[in-house]
Formats: sequence, structure tokens, C-alpha cells
Amino acid sequence: MGETPHRSADAGTGGTRVTQSHERPAGASAHVAEAPVSTRTPGGTGLGGGGALPRARAFGAERAFRGLTLAAGSAVLIIIAAIAVFLVTKAVPALRANTESFWTFEGWFPNDAEPKFGIGALAFGTVLSAALALLVAVPVALGIALYLSHYAPRRVGTTLGFLIDLLAAVPSVVFGLWGREIFLQPVHDFSLWLNKYFSWIPLFGGDGPFGKSILLGSLVLAIMVLPIITSLSREVFLQTPTANEEAALALGATRWEMLRTAVLPYGRPGIIAAVMLGLGRALGETIALAMTLGITFNISFNLIENGGNSIAANIANTFGEANETGRGALIASGLVLFAITLIVNITARAIIYRRREFTESAA
Amino acid sequence: MSTAVTTHRPRPAAQPATLRAKRLPWYAAPAIALAALVVAAAVVYGVGIGGPVLVVVLAAVLYLAGLFAAANAVEGRRSARNRTWSALIHSAFVLAVLPLASVVWTLVSNGFERLDGNFFFTSMNNIGARDPEGGAYHAIVGTLEQVGIATLITVPLGILCAIYVVEYGRGRFAFAIRFFVDVMTGIPSIVSGLFVLAFWVLIVSPWFNDGRPSFSGFAAALALSVLMLPTVVRSTEEMLRLVPAPLREGAYALGVPKWKTILRVVLPTALPGIVTGVMLAIARAAGETAPVLLVAGGGAAINFNPFENNQSSLALFVYQQAGDASRYAPARAWTAALTLVALVLILTIAAKLLARRNRLGR
Repeated sequence: MGETPHRSADAGTGGTRVTQSHERPAGASAHVAEAPVSTRTPGGTGLGGGGALPRARAFGAERAFRGLTLAAGSAVLIIIAAIAVFLVTKAVPALRANTESFWTFEGWFPNDAEPKFGIGALAFGTVLSAALALLVAVPVALGIALYLSHYAPRRVGTTLGFLIDLLAAVPSVVFGLWGREIFLQPVHDFSLWLNKYFSWIPLFGGDGPFGKSILLGSLVLAIMVLPIITSLSREVFLQTPTANEEAALALGATRWEMLRTAVLPYGRPGIIAAVMLGLGRALGETIALAMTLGITFNISFNLIENGGNSIAANIANTFGEANETGRGALIASGLVLFAITLIVNITARAIIYRRREFTESAA
Repeated sequence: MSTAVTTHRPRPAAQPATLRAKRLPWYAAPAIALAALVVAAAVVYGVGIGGPVLVVVLAAVLYLAGLFAAANAVEGRRSARNRTWSALIHSAFVLAVLPLASVVWTLVSNGFERLDGNFFFTSMNNIGARDPEGGAYHAIVGTLEQVGIATLITVPLGILCAIYVVEYGRGRFAFAIRFFVDVMTGIPSIVSGLFVLAFWVLIVSPWFNDGRPSFSGFAAALALSVLMLPTVVRSTEEMLRLVPAPLREGAYALGVPKWKTILRVVLPTALPGIVTGVMLAIARAAGETAPVLLVAGGGAAINFNPFENNQSSLALFVYQQAGDASRYAPARAWTAALTLVALVLILTIAAKLLARRNRLGR
């Protein structure tokens, strides 16, 4: 019994070449695998010859295993539902105790005798910093991905691509530390310069102090999501069929025209997936923002003055001194963040699932 | 007739000059760059509006404009576009490499300051603001225990879930699971921390802790496993789909039941790929700060017991030391960050190398 499976496992190495399995549609293998289950005939108890198939038992190992995997599969749905349910359970008492409007009040005093807190400014800061970060990161990331896949010499491209993949794994707390200790000074100088010459634009107005601002936070976020978006979209660009590229070049296209007509359209779903993943990361990022934003609780488009806040950063910063209601309030804000990211994710997945052939490779 | 042919003959001789499109000479690009730099410096310092950084930025813009104009005049519009975009793509690369290189450089240079035995074998217990010693032993212990428990929870669950989706699941339910696994990938780490806070720390743990909520390393492990699960499921799923159908059919032909085929034939074949996915998930979980901050609470002393009392982790240690007012804290933070990155990178590199040797590969 112990021998047979091993031998067939070895046989599989030859089989890989025979069947290009990814050419099959999803679930095809499972379909083939269904056959022996359905041909089982109840009642056949070894009628001689090669022997009949064993009888299907009501409570056999097969059923048990199937049930086990089903339970594990359902666990995912249960966890997602449980996240919503438990967050709501803990958030409702705090929301009841809130003496101000949860949606519009600008401030966070849930630990007072009369708790006052509002999500507006936090949600605004979350969305603003994530949007700014993507605004900076996406063009640059696509540029690098194109450089690595189509401009750089193959060796350089592969090596640098590997390095970018590694950078995508660097924990966010490291980026936060770097942003706070190293990057703060250049951004501070840049903010002073912006304020000096462009203070007539409301974005860059104010009279300081500058530095620990939305600008710093979103630049750090941008640097953080850059490797993620780059490594995903580079992979997509590399998958462009060579025939398409060569056809474009053969028709006389310049290199940029080839990229525009052959590579970018082919990679579009993958790019969308990468950007959405980056957006998810940016929206949910906690520690990097908690370390780089100057914490305030007002809605302001000013990018360079000390200030800015986000839902996640606020949770990390104020959790330590939160009491019962305070925790409930933070959980309520987490619920809002959960809802925002859920909407973004579901939208992104719905877009990607429309082009199913890409879900295997790009998503 | 014949005269017409002879009159046409001289023409091809004049052709070669126009056969190749006109191109900018090789020195054009550097010349434009130099000119742009000079003009930018003259403008910036002449008007007195900034320093060398502004000169470079302005020069880059001038270079792009100049290049486009020159190429447009000599080579035509399409080629000019090609050149400009090519320059833009190259500059995007340079622009991004600068901060990333700075991150790596500062991490390494600052991290070596406290990279000594004391750092790895002492905790922060009884370390005051004026003590230069103190280390991350407790944090390393915490990280290893939390990530280890999270892995123990996630790997069986994730693999079984992937098996269901690939081998058994059919129709809407399996599709829903696939869809929500993808959605789960995007759950922010802080939300998973809050979930475990609400579920485990505040509701379940008081039952066996005299009614008081108890922070613990195990709670952090739970939060981390929520984050790891989708990664493990996705990668296992992909690997299981790559297992060739003839392998399964061979097993069925020998009369092996389906569950045994999956456990003894399909899983071993897909194993290297699954291990790669698991290692990437571990690497991601090891770097998470927020969930640990919320449910393990952090602490200065060594705590080997993940089920009781506060525990720290490397990422949390970095965060706390970075916020510490002590003069010696930043050095500890950097060294801890370096240790953390080293841990994560070793895992990632090992995973990628393993993936490269994977026979099933894509």
C-alpha cells in the first residue's frame, strides 16, 4: 500500500510534459476524477476476475475526507462572516454611547464620560492618502515594469525583477521607520519650498509646522506599494505573446507603439488587478502611516502641514489608552475600514473575473 | 520604350540617401542633456528659487522637451514619441530605485550599530531610558512562536480548503469560496487584529481567565492565520491544478480511492509549490505589526508561554522602539528591523529558489 502511490508520484514527472495542465479549464481535473466515484456499484462484493469495486459505504473514509475539506472550505466563508458579526457586536454599544454623529463629527474622544467620536476625518484621510499614494506609485511602477520586461537586457531585468520581488516582502514597519527617521527631512525641505512658492494653491498653503504630513505619509505608502504593483505587472507584461509583439514590430511600429498596441492592452486586466491590490494595501496600511502622519482630526486638503490621519493609523495610535467604549469606537472604525476595503476588493475581483482566463495567472 | 527605361535608370542611384530614415547623431542625447542641465542651473540659481535637486528636476523636464523637439524635427513625430517615452520609462526606473536603495542602505548601515550578542540574548526587561543595552530576545521568541502557531493552524486548513475547491467543489458554492478567498487577500491586517480582539480577547478569553480579557501570543497567532489563510489557499490551489490528470487517472485505475489519491499522489506531487506558498505567507505574517499590537499587547520581558500574558514580536519591537524617547531606542529599532528583514528575506529567497526547482513549474 505504501509503495504504489510513490511510484505513481514518480511517474508524474514524465506526465508533466504529456499534459500541459494549465491549458485545461479550471476544475477539469476534478471532473475527470469524478469518474470512479460514480461508477461504484453498490452490492458488488468481489465477483472474481479483476474484482469489483468496493461498495460505497455511507460513512467511509471518502465521505469523511470530503466532509473535512468541505468544512475547511466553509471556514473561509465563516471567517469572513464572523469578522463582520463580531465587529458589529462590539461596535454597537460604543456607537449607542456616542453623543455626537459618528459620520460627521471631527474628533476622537471615545474615552470621555460623554464619548464623542466621528469617522469622517479618518475615512477622508485614509482615502486621500491611499489615492495620493497610488497617483504617485502607479505610473512609476508601470514604467519600471515596462523597463524590466522590455527595455533592460534580459539578465539585468531578471535580477532586478527578483530584487523588486524581495522588496515587496519587506515589512511595512521598516518603511515606516525609514520614513520617520530618514525621509522626513527631505520632505520637510520640499514642503517648505512648496509653501514658499505655491502657497496660493490651497493644497500647499498653511503656516507650518511642516513635515509629518499627508505628503510624507502618502509618499512612504507609494514607495511601499511600488514593488508590489511592479512585480505583479511585470509578470503580466512578460506573458504577452511574443507573436503579438513581433507582429507589431513587423508592421513597422516603434518600440513604444509596440508596447502601446500589443503589451498594454494584453496586460490591462492584470494591471487593474495589481493596482487594486496596491490600493487594498494602501487603504489598510497601519504602521507606516501611524509612524509618519502627524495626528489630527480635521478634514483638510492641505498636504504639507503637520497632520493627517487614517482609520488604521488611529487604531494603532489610540488603542493603548482606550477603555471599554474606546475599544468599541476603534472597532467601529475598523468596521468602516473593513467595509471600504471589501467594496474595493469585490469591485476589483468582479472586474477581473469577467476575464476569467486572467484569473489564474494575473490575479 | 527602350528610351523610357534608360531615362529611369539613373534614379535608383540617388535612392540610398533616403532609404534609411534620418536619425539623430549619437551625441545628440548627451548634448541635449548637458544643455538642459546648464539652462536649468542658470534659471534656478539665477532666479534663486531652489537648490541642486530642483536643478536636476528642471533639467529632466527640459531634457524631455528638448529631446522631443529635436527628434521631432529630424526623425519625425512617431520616433520622437518613442524616444520621449523611452526616456520617461528609464527615468521612472531611476526615480524608484533612489528611495528603495536609500531604504536598504539606511537599514543596513544603521542596523549594524547594535548587531551584537547582547541584542540577541537579552530582553528589554528592566531597561530604562538611560541604558544603552537591551535587546530583542523576547521579541524574537514572540515572533517565532506566533508565526509557528499561525502556520500550524493555517497550513492544514488552507490545504484542505484548496483541496475542496479544486477536487470536490462544484458550482456556486465552490465559486463563492474561491471568490471570498480572493477577497480575503485584501483584508487589512488591522481588521484581522480587531476581529481577534473582539472575538478571542474580549469574548472568549475571559471564560478561562477569571472574566478578565487576556492578551496573548496565541491571539496574535490567530490574527496572523487569518492573514495567511488566503495566501496559502491560493498558492495550493494553483499547484493542485498543475498536477497532471494522468497521475490521478493512474491511481484510480489501480483502484485507489479518491481521498487516498489526493493524499498520497496529488499532494506529494504538488508539495514543493505548496511549501513555496506557505513560506511566502509566513514571510508576510512575520512582518505584520498591527495585529500583534492589538491582541498580544507587547511586553518587555521574555514570555515563552504563548497562551498567557503579553508577548512581543520583532515588528512590534521596531514600532515601540521607534516611538520610544530614549536616546538608545533608534539604534535598537534599526537593528531589530534589520533582523526582521533578514528573517523575511531568507524565507522569501528560499521560497523563490524552491519554486524555481519545482518540477511542476508554470
